[in-house]
Amino acid sequence: MTAGSLHTDDVRDLYRDLILDHARNPRHFGKLDHTTHSAEGINPLCGDKLRLYLDVDADETIKGAAFEGSGCAISVASASLLTDTVIGLSSEDAMAIFDAVTAQLSGGDAPGDRKVDLGKLRALAGVREYPTRVKCATLAWHALKSALRQDTAPASTE
Amino acid sequence: MTHAQQLTEAQSVVAACRADFPALDQDVNGHRLVYLDSAASAQQPSAVIDAIAHYERHDHANVHRGVHTLSHRATDAYEGARETLRAFINAASTTEVVFTSGTTESINLVAQSFCRPKLGPGDKVLITHLEHHANIVPWQLVCEQTGAELVVAPINDRGELELDALYALMDDAVRLLAVSHVSNALGTINPIKDIIAKAHSRDIPVLVDGAQGVPHMKVDVRDLDCDFYAFSGHKMFGPTGTGVLYGKESLLDAMPPYQGGGDMILEVSFSGTTFNELPYKFEAGTPNISGVVGFGAAAKYLEDLGMQNVEAWENELSHYMTQQLAAIDGIRLIGTAKHKASVQSFLLGDIHPHDLGTILDHQGVAIRTGHHCAMPVMEFFGVPGTARASLALYNNFDDVDRLVSALDKALEIFA
Repeated sequence: MTAGSLHTDDVRDLYRDLILDHARNPRHFGKLDHTTHSAEGINPLCGDKLRLYLDVDADETIKGAAFEGSGCAISVASASLLTDTVIGLSSEDAMAIFDAVTAQLSGGDAPGDRKVDLGKLRALAGVREYPTRVKCATLAWHALKSALRQDTAPASTE
Repeated sequence: MTHAQQLTEAQSVVAACRADFPALDQDVNGHRLVYLDSAASAQQPSAVIDAIAHYERHDHANVHRGVHTLSHRATDAYEGARETLRAFINAASTTEVVFTSGTTESINLVAQSFCRPKLGPGDKVLITHLEHHANIVPWQLVCEQTGAELVVAPINDRGELELDALYALMDDAVRLLAVSHVSNALGTINPIKDIIAKAHSRDIPVLVDGAQGVPHMKVDVRDLDCDFYAFSGHKMFGPTGTGVLYGKESLLDAMPPYQGGGDMILEVSFSGTTFNELPYKFEAGTPNISGVVGFGAAAKYLEDLGMQNVEAWENELSHYMTQQLAAIDGIRLIGTAKHKASVQSFLLGDIHPHDLGTILDHQGVAIRTGHHCAMPVMEFFGVPGTARASLALYNNFDDVDRLVSALDKALEIFA
């Protein structure tokens, strides 16, 4: 049996309509008027590069999120979905989503007991079948983690 | 012999050779594999795989040492490969053929051993905008170490060297010109014989990065009159971790060793060491013997096929690929030099190269996507990366058709 016969899903399972829509028309693309946290994400293998901006208030609520950069459809769509998702969440809830998304992409369980409803982020699940592309999907999420932790070094998927 | 007859001979010789490459005989993601990434690393024929296995099963021992039979056989196999590679590039002597781990090490050797002792502030190393990282970074390092200046000759929109500008940069301060024979990202074949003659007229020695030259055309280092020629085994159907630095004997002789260790010495005492003769002076430690045996088998395989057949076949195939790709709506061909090897970089609509790579892989078509270790080239064309299809002697017209239909599918998905 060849490896190929295990891989029967259509490539459209990766490039779902929702992913293509967010890749073509990324939401919250650009800078914020007011930024409290930001981080860069770099995928050195691909050259994908993005910068994530957050506006977090004194109560640790993410009031605004935006991103700039260039990358493949998967990394742009993932960043777009991220900004759509985290606006209005507390930093802690955003980190729980980070755990759930990275667990979904690596095929494992999220740490901790919290059950997180991924909603439309489930559209990223198709990436799991493409190990070489998982880093594209997680790039923005690593930038989110760096931004919330206020790390100074760029987030890297390597 | 007419062109048509030559091509027929080339086609028949080469058509039969695809079956020599076992890795090509497989399905990937439910489709027959179409391998279009030979510029990154070429597949190996059974002749190479078997030569390595035979050596490992029967003849392995350390070289240039013991008096026992296996050591003798291993030495014969290793030195036999050196002679095969000498003949392959038509070097005058095996003393001019230094085995390395690949093109990268060959270039670093020249940077550190040939250039470093003679560089200082006010001196220059001249390279071109076409180079890949292996022919940029070693020069940056040696320039930083010595205070010398790295000068970069420009290219034009077709991805060709601007020769007048290159020649104008060849001034009295230039201590070496390092230039690729064939660009890995764009496929441009540089007129290196003319470039070398021009450099020599100004007393500038020339290193040619031949990683993408040797798999595609007959290379004759004496005809080129290059001072150094660096290439890798795995780009020419041999194993990874093997390479050659060809250098003119007079130059190699005057250079200090690059690394110290066993095999590169004649006599060692704590008061000093007498270095071995060429080429062993540059081969410290136990070398990659089995790899070199496979490397030699790859050169012999190419000699038997005839590089003129390989070149004729690839030219025909490359012409067809460029034609077919150019006919696709929304494609942008990157690198359109008049003289090109069988490598084509491109972008399709606004589809990111990595998405293209995944969609093509899903249809069993392997291409390279990204910056091809040539970020300055990508920057010149204002793109973060490209998709690149590279052909080798084992590809055929059907492979090109499969590439085109896979690209159609990508357009459909991203429509």
